[in-house]
Amino acid sequence: MYRAKVVVTLKKSVMDPQGATIRSALESLGYSGVDNVRMGKFLEIDIAETTRDKAEKKLDDMCGRLLSNPVIENYTFEMEELK
Amino acid sequence: MKFGIVTFPGSNCDHDCYSVTRDVLGAEAEYLWYKERDLKGSDCIILPGGFSYGDYLRCGAIAKFAPIMTEVIAFAEKGGPVVGICNGFQILVESGLLPGALIKNKNVKFICKNVRLRVETATRFTSGYTAGQVITVPIAHGEGAYFADTETIEKLENEGCVVFRYCSVDGRVVDEANPNGSINNIAGIRNSAGNVLGMMPHPERCSEEVLGNADGAILFRSIMENIGPS
Repeated sequence: MYRAKVVVTLKKSVMDPQGATIRSALESLGYSGVDNVRMGKFLEIDIAETTRDKAEKKLDDMCGRLLSNPVIENYTFEMEELK
Repeated sequence: MKFGIVTFPGSNCDHDCYSVTRDVLGAEAEYLWYKERDLKGSDCIILPGGFSYGDYLRCGAIAKFAPIMTEVIAFAEKGGPVVGICNGFQILVESGLLPGALIKNKNVKFICKNVRLRVETATRFTSGYTAGQVITVPIAHGEGAYFADTETIEKLENEGCVVFRYCSVDGRVVDEANPNGSINNIAGIRNSAGNVLGMMPHPERCSEEVLGNADGAILFRSIMENIGPS
């Protein structure tokens, strides 16, 4: 069993009004120096596979087909084996 | 002719589309359940508005894998006419039948109001309008900002695939008339082949004079005239 942590982020060219709203909220709370906030998604996924290679291939496929939209998003993931 | 109107879990404009095409305009119409794989002899497919699969993950992301979509995609690839309205447009871009993506409105709000649209080009869906005509159609969405990379936008513009743009009352395409931050004020596009239309505004919500506006009925009537009886 493997546990994957997937991070999906908006491409730089895509506007992120939620990130901008969070940035201005931080500013209004008095945090100075917050120049930029970009918001993304985090997913934790447990995959029952016998090898890391198989689990990574399966996850990469999931990321490309469903978990991210390649038109607007990028993704990265880390994977650990669950004992 | 017969409209096939897809009902996904969370669709909420399917009845409006059914009522307009069948009761107002006198076409045949039938609901197509998302789990089915039969288009029931439909001549034109409508993917209606709503919140398919609760908009979970991304709007339209899960709906594109519904069983009925396999048939809708095959139908579109053979040249069959498909119209996606609002959430239906989001499903069309997610499924790759139209380019680009629909992202969160620039002001981060759900916007529900009448907007002015300039009809850019005559298609089999819009032949009842004249190019440059300004019509009033309501929008109701939180994720309706049209986005595509520069190359895709250029291709859409060069091929005349932009069908509707948000505009001012007098038809000027200006920032102040852009409700959601769409690139080039894009409100609706067609594919290169011209058989797939996606639009964020809701023509089915303004198709009867008794409701104060029938600008949307022209779209459905255009489809009926161009696709004709079968």
